[in-house]
Amino acid sequence: MADPNEEAAAQSAAVTEEDPNKLTNARVLANLHRMFGEDAFTDVEEPYGLLTATTTRERIHDIIETLQADEEMQLNFLTTMCGIHYPDHEGKELGMIYHLHSLVHNVRLRLKIFFPIADPVVPTLTDIYATANWMEREAYDFFGIIFPGHPNLIRILNVEDMDYHPMRKEYPLEDGTREDKTDLFFGR
Amino acid sequence: MAVNDTLAGTHKIIEEAREQQHNQLIPTVNDFNQELTTLNLGPTHPATHGIFQNILQMDGERIVSGVPTIGYIHRAFEKIAERRPLYQITPLTDRMNYCSSPINNMGWHMTVEKLLGITVPKRAQYMRVIMMELARIVDHLICNSILGVDTGAFTGFLYVFQEREKVYEIYEEVCGARLTTNMGRIGGMERDFTPVALEKLRKWVKEFPAVMREFQSMFDRNRIFMDRTQYVGGITAEKALNYGFTGPNLRAAGVDYDVRVMNPYSSYQDFEFDIPVGTNGDTYDRYLVRNEEIWQSLRIIEQALENLPEGPYHADAPHYYLPPKQAVYQNMEALIYHFKIIMGEIEAPVGEVYHSVEGGNGELGFYLISDGGRTPYRLHFRRPCFIYYQAYSEMVVGQSLSDAIVTLSSMNVIAGELDA
Repeated sequence: MADPNEEAAAQSAAVTEEDPNKLTNARVLANLHRMFGEDAFTDVEEPYGLLTATTTRERIHDIIETLQADEEMQLNFLTTMCGIHYPDHEGKELGMIYHLHSLVHNVRLRLKIFFPIADPVVPTLTDIYATANWMEREAYDFFGIIFPGHPNLIRILNVEDMDYHPMRKEYPLEDGTREDKTDLFFGR
Repeated sequence: MAVNDTLAGTHKIIEEAREQQHNQLIPTVNDFNQELTTLNLGPTHPATHGIFQNILQMDGERIVSGVPTIGYIHRAFEKIAERRPLYQITPLTDRMNYCSSPINNMGWHMTVEKLLGITVPKRAQYMRVIMMELARIVDHLICNSILGVDTGAFTGFLYVFQEREKVYEIYEEVCGARLTTNMGRIGGMERDFTPVALEKLRKWVKEFPAVMREFQSMFDRNRIFMDRTQYVGGITAEKALNYGFTGPNLRAAGVDYDVRVMNPYSSYQDFEFDIPVGTNGDTYDRYLVRNEEIWQSLRIIEQALENLPEGPYHADAPHYYLPPKQAVYQNMEALIYHFKIIMGEIEAPVGEVYHSVEGGNGELGFYLISDGGRTPYRLHFRRPCFIYYQAYSEMVVGQSLSDAIVTLSSMNVIAGELDA
């Protein structure tokens, strides 16, 4: 059996000898700053190795469109997008989170935008990605986020005559008036 | 831009969209003497293998347009998950792609382990790989044999269903359940493979290739089957990528994207296997890709069985992994942890994590946002079916109805995963 220390050393050597052209998160971030300006992104972090940045809804369409056409990074696969609701963040209650993936370089990028719940309007991505169609309908269905320009923005999973958006945090999962399920000792 | 104006404007957009969709459903005269027929395919139709509706506009035998409606078995998993402790979310994942539940279970466990920073021992990783590959084989077998049924050949379906039954017996031996398995735990597997399980597994791996060859000899070069599936329901690689295709459907179009290779999880880097790709992205290619993936999965299982390492089958994660039952009766710490886990009293660390596995149908992603509470703050499932089924109405335009049925079954749309 090989010495585990040797193996570890060999592995770290392999890491340092990696191709300098390899697209790292730092390089993606540098490219993003070069292409869109430093002020376009806030809250840049890397939770569990996935580059995450927050931008604004005014810029999101432009950013994703430019990234799709970008030859160097090839961030041209929209893995998923979903809505989110933070009732305590005043003026930024609702959000959309986009996951982009470069299948060539195997780099992922997570972009977030936040906006007030009173004005839940986000530009549609359906003109860039066909796959955005149902994802945006899902976000409309569950969070009430409206995408002007979407070809067919109607509910997708819930019934058509539903008059609320169930994934918002103000709708608790269980009926709040029920007392038989309240557990005084352990909470719910 | 005043808020109210924007809202009024956008509501108008939605109303228009609704009206537009409504108008699409009404037959229009597109030529003199030629009326379109509206055909309601579904929601319950024996050939759709699941509950989804398509309202098709037919010009004679040809499909002019299709409007899909989904959500018939929507069970609000994402909402339910916001009120469940992490370990109670596993049964929800079972019910997404119920043809390959172990993959969903393990994918969820790995997501939580990534959030918590738990390293799973090698033996548990190999055990997971074995179960996941079994699930993939079964998933692909069902899809391909149902495709046979839809083209008029019932025999192959019965042949491979027997094999599926044997795999379910292995599941039963490993975790006690068959269809909705709830297999494994956060931190590893709930128990080691029993000698019976290993024996069944070895026996099945030895016997299955003969059945698979028989199945393939029935379909692969079958003139009728080829005529029914070649150049039917094709999609180009560019379009497939634009539509967010992943898994066998994308690989049939010629893109070799496989999560197991690109972002290896659970020790997939230890195994040698090929990624089959097609060229046309049509029904026949999808069928061939799935068949070849079954062989590759079998290769992985053989390697994993041969090299199955000794050692523990779960990580040392007392806050998430239940202590042995005997210890609960005799040991105070074990009792406390058992109680806290069962009551959902464990608080997860703050963080957000995206983890994806190669499910039966493609990249199955779990996006978990934890705010430090006992339940996820938000859990989003990237469900491959939901994402690629939206291409269906475009893929069937110009085809005949029987081709549309074949296309649907070869895409392997699982209603549970579609609707979550």
